[in-house]
Amino acid sequence: MAMLKVEDIHVYYGSIHAVKGVSFEVNEGEIVTLIGANGAGKSTVLNTVSGLLHPRAGSVQFLDQDLKGAAPHKVVERGLAQVPEGRRVFLQMSVEENLEMGAYTQQRSSFDKDIADVYRRFPRLEERRRQVAGTLSGGEQQMLAMGRALMSHPKLLMLDEPSMGLAPLLVEQIFSIIKELHAAGTTILLVEQNAQAALSVADRAYVLETGRISLSGTGAELMASDQVRKAYLGG
Amino acid sequence: MDLSLIFSQIINGLQTGSVYALVALGYSMVYGIILLLNFAHGDIIMVGAYTAFYAIASFHLHPLASVLLAVLVSTALGVAIEKVAYTPLRSAPRLSLLITAIGISFLLENGAQLLFGADTKSMDTIVTGNAALLGANVSYAALLTIAVSVVAMLALTFLVQKTKLGKAMRAVSEDMGAAQLMGISLNRTISFTFAVGSALAGIGSILYLCAYPQASPTMGSMLGLKAFVAAVLGGIGSIPGAMIGGFVIGLLEAMVSAAGLSVWKDGAVFAILIVVLLVKPTGILGRQITEKV
Repeated sequence: MAMLKVEDIHVYYGSIHAVKGVSFEVNEGEIVTLIGANGAGKSTVLNTVSGLLHPRAGSVQFLDQDLKGAAPHKVVERGLAQVPEGRRVFLQMSVEENLEMGAYTQQRSSFDKDIADVYRRFPRLEERRRQVAGTLSGGEQQMLAMGRALMSHPKLLMLDEPSMGLAPLLVEQIFSIIKELHAAGTTILLVEQNAQAALSVADRAYVLETGRISLSGTGAELMASDQVRKAYLGG
Repeated sequence: MDLSLIFSQIINGLQTGSVYALVALGYSMVYGIILLLNFAHGDIIMVGAYTAFYAIASFHLHPLASVLLAVLVSTALGVAIEKVAYTPLRSAPRLSLLITAIGISFLLENGAQLLFGADTKSMDTIVTGNAALLGANVSYAALLTIAVSVVAMLALTFLVQKTKLGKAMRAVSEDMGAAQLMGISLNRTISFTFAVGSALAGIGSILYLCAYPQASPTMGSMLGLKAFVAAVLGGIGSIPGAMIGGFVIGLLEAMVSAAGLSVWKDGAVFAILIVVLLVKPTGILGRQITEKV
């Protein structure tokens, strides 16, 4: 069953036509990735699903409900969380306060258990729980951004370039966390420029080029495709 | 100059400073969250003052009930202005928002002139009496003003640091988009910010009446401008900055007056604005973002 169904969305920034008729689906239990170069419209697609942007045409359906016109906080309430590009943790707030913000839509009663779960998954965050997020390293901030999103009990977790700006070792770590989250039952939509890493974990993948889907298939199929190898995997 | 005189000037400075600080907080909080210099903020004080004036002088309500009413009316007005005038412009250029704020300010001042008349309405002093303190004669009104504003500031600090809505305010002010992705409702949080800022202005209006028991349609503009200077001096967007800025401006005025230069009082305040903008535009506690990548 398609958990998220994006149908022929067109998104504009003023008069700039950034996303030109994109359709894709994410089924329950899958890891789906959207890959593509900088400026292809990947983040625009995620922000449209999250309700930060609204499509001029087309529809976004989540769990068989149309998200048309829904405010971003309503989208989160329905179980769709996004880890935004560039992490965007609240730099002037403590680690723990950041996690509290992630739990904004949740009942107070589940907070202690949820935060313990996040600390179990990311022990570094517990060590630094009273520290202001601005003092964390890039990798720690990425973990905080992911932990923060998990606090909202997402049914679908969307990650926007989680590997951006991180050292290779950290990238590996972030991807193994993504696999763990998936194994624990979270459906994942992953947007990446790092096509190699993304395709190696993905069940299915879509290639986005200048606002359109140019190719789609299973992770393995795209990994083997000449077109993808030339454009995104360095030959 | 003897010590008791200096002491009473300090108390005077703290009294006006408290009012500036309360008003400056509203400026700073609103700027912090939607980057708007809400020039209608000073006029909310005027409306609060008229509310208290009519409640006490015409309807003979109990002073405490009048105070409560003035705070409620200010709060409701602040929230209504945000909903009607600023919400529709949320994605408009910031200049449009600023011009709208100035327009609202004119609307309130001229509306008040139409409704209440252009003359100054004087009333009896709300709090009377003096206390002898360290050899100086200090009015109860001054002590009450300082006490009330300190309590209000402590309450605000608690609200912003510890409560869920307060934390949401800080999150929105730091990154509006990311805050929405947490499930924070932008409309609710911004309304809440205006409500708190305007409530503080309402409290400020009452404390102002304690010092100068009169209301006039333009009373909010000078008070608002000075509070704005206080907010800039402290670092616009910073809550502790607004408090510090308010007290500094109040003390400065008192000292300038004590030196026999009271005609230069306003000039000294605006000179501060010029100096801050030239030397340290971010103010005393201007937001410095520590980012490590």
